[in-house]
Amino acid sequence: MSPLWMVRRIGFYVLVAVVLAFFAVPMLWLASAPFDEKPGLGLRWPDWTWRNVVTTFEHPYAVSSLVNSLVLCVVATVVTTVLAALAAYALSRVRIPGRDLLLYLLLLLSSVVTGTAAMVPIFVMMLQFGLINSQFGTALVIAGGMLPAAIFILKDFMDAVPRSYEESARVFGASPRQVLGHVVLPVARPGVATIFVWAFVNAWGNFLLPFLLLRDVGQQPAAVLLRTLYDEGGSANLTVIPVFSLLYSIPVVVLYLFVSKRYGFRFHGGIKS
Amino acid sequence: MAGITVEDLSTVYPNGVRAVDSLDLEIADGELFALLGPSGCGKTTLLRTIAGLEAATGGAVAIGERDVTRLQPGDRRVAMVFQDYALFPHMTVSENIAYPLRVRGVAKAVQQETAVRTAGGLSLGELLDRRPGQLSGGQQQRAALARAVAASAEVLLLDEPLSNLDARLRLEARTFLKKLQRELALTTVFVTHDQAEALALADRIAVMDAGRIRQLGTPREVFQRPADTFVANFIGSTPMNLVPRGAEIIGVRPEYLSPAREGLFNGVVSIVENLGVTSLVTLDCGEDQIGYVVPEDEEPAVGAVVTVDAPDTRVLRYDKETGLLVR
Amino acid sequence: MDSSGLGVRRAVGFVAPALVLIGVFLVFPALWTLYIGITDYQLTGPAAADPQVVGADNLVEAVRDPLFTNSVWLTALFVLFSAVIGQNVLGFGLAWSLRSVSPWLRRTAEGLVLLSWILPSTVVAFLWFAVLSRDTGTLGLLLGSPQTSWLVEYPMTSLIIFNVWRGTAFSMLLYTSALAAVPPSQVETARLVGASGWQTVRDVVFPHIRGHVLTNTLLISLWTANDFTPFLLTSGGPNHRSEVLPVLIYRQALEGGQLGYASAMSMLLLVGNLVVALVYLRLLRRRA
Repeated sequence: MSPLWMVRRIGFYVLVAVVLAFFAVPMLWLASAPFDEKPGLGLRWPDWTWRNVVTTFEHPYAVSSLVNSLVLCVVATVVTTVLAALAAYALSRVRIPGRDLLLYLLLLLSSVVTGTAAMVPIFVMMLQFGLINSQFGTALVIAGGMLPAAIFILKDFMDAVPRSYEESARVFGASPRQVLGHVVLPVARPGVATIFVWAFVNAWGNFLLPFLLLRDVGQQPAAVLLRTLYDEGGSANLTVIPVFSLLYSIPVVVLYLFVSKRYGFRFHGGIKS
Repeated sequence: MAGITVEDLSTVYPNGVRAVDSLDLEIADGELFALLGPSGCGKTTLLRTIAGLEAATGGAVAIGERDVTRLQPGDRRVAMVFQDYALFPHMTVSENIAYPLRVRGVAKAVQQETAVRTAGGLSLGELLDRRPGQLSGGQQQRAALARAVAASAEVLLLDEPLSNLDARLRLEARTFLKKLQRELALTTVFVTHDQAEALALADRIAVMDAGRIRQLGTPREVFQRPADTFVANFIGSTPMNLVPRGAEIIGVRPEYLSPAREGLFNGVVSIVENLGVTSLVTLDCGEDQIGYVVPEDEEPAVGAVVTVDAPDTRVLRYDKETGLLVR
Repeated sequence: MDSSGLGVRRAVGFVAPALVLIGVFLVFPALWTLYIGITDYQLTGPAAADPQVVGADNLVEAVRDPLFTNSVWLTALFVLFSAVIGQNVLGFGLAWSLRSVSPWLRRTAEGLVLLSWILPSTVVAFLWFAVLSRDTGTLGLLLGSPQTSWLVEYPMTSLIIFNVWRGTAFSMLLYTSALAAVPPSQVETARLVGASGWQTVRDVVFPHIRGHVLTNTLLISLWTANDFTPFLLTSGGPNHRSEVLPVLIYRQALEGGQLGYASAMSMLLLVGNLVVALVYLRLLRRRA
């Protein structure tokens, strides 16, 4: 162990520590501010209190917006997962005429047409359908945006399911529905779970589409309400914002912990070299 | 119980490859039948067409008296074991074995009872609650067989049933398979590229090439009198000597040749390879190389000049143009 | 015959619901952008009820509009520094250096990086207000200049650093899985002949992951160019100094009510996305 080696080793760990601090420091606010007597937009050792939590639960829209988020998110996630699984399976197994072109277009769509680029027509379309302030409509828009990527990722998982499983089931007399339910879906479960979590986290954090399409505060999900709390300003809301941010973050953190424990946070498929 | 009749069967893939080409074949009830050939010869496609996993483009397949050509795989009363066994990884051994009954909506208790009985017959009784991933290769193979047996089909189809086992286990599994087939007396068709496996197991063998049958016969017929030079080359653990003589090709198996005062071939010993109980000796005879087999401790020295001969009945003559057996 | 036994008709039935949803909520709006973009459609007023086709006027106006050119320039800076350089380099650096550290350190580091990726964007905006705000902001305290309001004085730099923090996780994950596929024997061979760390990366690792670098750069560039989170941090201000394209489009359309004009700019953003994606697919195909 030469001195040079030691210096490089120490330098390496200092660098790692700096990078870790870069990622960790902004998050500390989420741990301190919710429980501080005088919460603010800054990091400090809190004077501990539970009062902010009580105030947040008393806020007229706080709890209901979390429920809205949940409704919006569950509808969008379930629609995405179910439709993507069916489509990915069929595209993986059957040479539908024009399949390769379709897959190519889906790949393009998934990266090219984004909510931000298409926000104006989406807004106008929903306005003319009379679907502004419709949670269900907004959920479908979110699902439509997630579907191409979801189909693509899931198709990779479906491609990896050995064909002999299905053929074996079919020789024993299983109908297409039984093949799907008994064999393909259980075997592809890690893929389906991946898409489910991915869609949930995406829909849960989506700000732009509900912000555009849900103008009535009673319909708005947590993402939009949090923004409204800030735009209104005032010290009253600074007691609510930190606690509410924390509550709103908990589901994705829990999901993250679940996934990393169960499957490990790794790319399975979907990544072409 | 039923035999299989294949009539003028063709299976053509969308890319135009004729994997099975106007093929006729009759497999008797209760027979253990081998489809043998190099990879790409159409043997697996033929098996899959019998199972209904590939659609026949022409001709017909019948099982017993039933024409099954247009039936779905599940309606043909066949059971199949796949090369990778296709045991469902999320089900226990017991659930896997009972799966054919579950599909038919048989009562849970009957499923369970059948699984236990079938597993017992294939010495899997201890492993019923395991998952396929927790089994050894040999156990997986028996579990897949058990599932096929539990389907109580009329015909059992096996795709390379022994190829995923290591060499020692393969011998054991081969014996086991033959015994099981005898007990069940079930019409069984298996696909293999291993000629030794086909010779050891089958009642009859069809040697295939390019979607057609080159020779159909018992293992003894196929070994002793290959119908053409392709089969002659393919069958036998040491390749047959094929030596052009005028308008014919002379074929003699190395096992049938032995040193003699005068005979078919004369040459200089160039290589001696130990095969265990025997040794394979290679003679340089001018342009040709001749192999013959000697018992242990009788190997000649390298460089020695040796003459070898074979009984007249063991010397085959093939037409040089067509490659077909003349006599 | 397909292995699933579905047959073409049933397969089409399986694919159709997803395609309908994609068609209605993604393809149709994208195409409609093209139409709205050539009208003088407005959110309110006479042009709202009866929009007139104005042809390419909107496009011409956009290209001449200093706000638009400013926005394109800012978006380019944003993509180049935060995604192409920032996320790419930091993501690879993390993936590379975390291979050799102890498991708990690796898990902690990956956990933090991933958390910054999956937290909802509105929450993340507050986290960064707390870092960058005046008087009480963490960065001001650390650097000893609490008077600086970073988001006002250095809006683009702040956004770029923020986006590196926000998006590095994806590059890290992708490079981690790419590095796992590099044959260890080749890396060990390089070490045996005495190659340094940098030489190993350049000569052995990089040739293996070139495709991954391409894929990663494309995806994070597109995502960054279309990211709406800058709106939550600066709303484009102060004085348009951080008005990247998505923010400009939103403000023109919903705050300014100029739906037709905003659509024309959306169309240009879509075309930009499309060009980048097609170039990428062409490159990828050439490799294959």
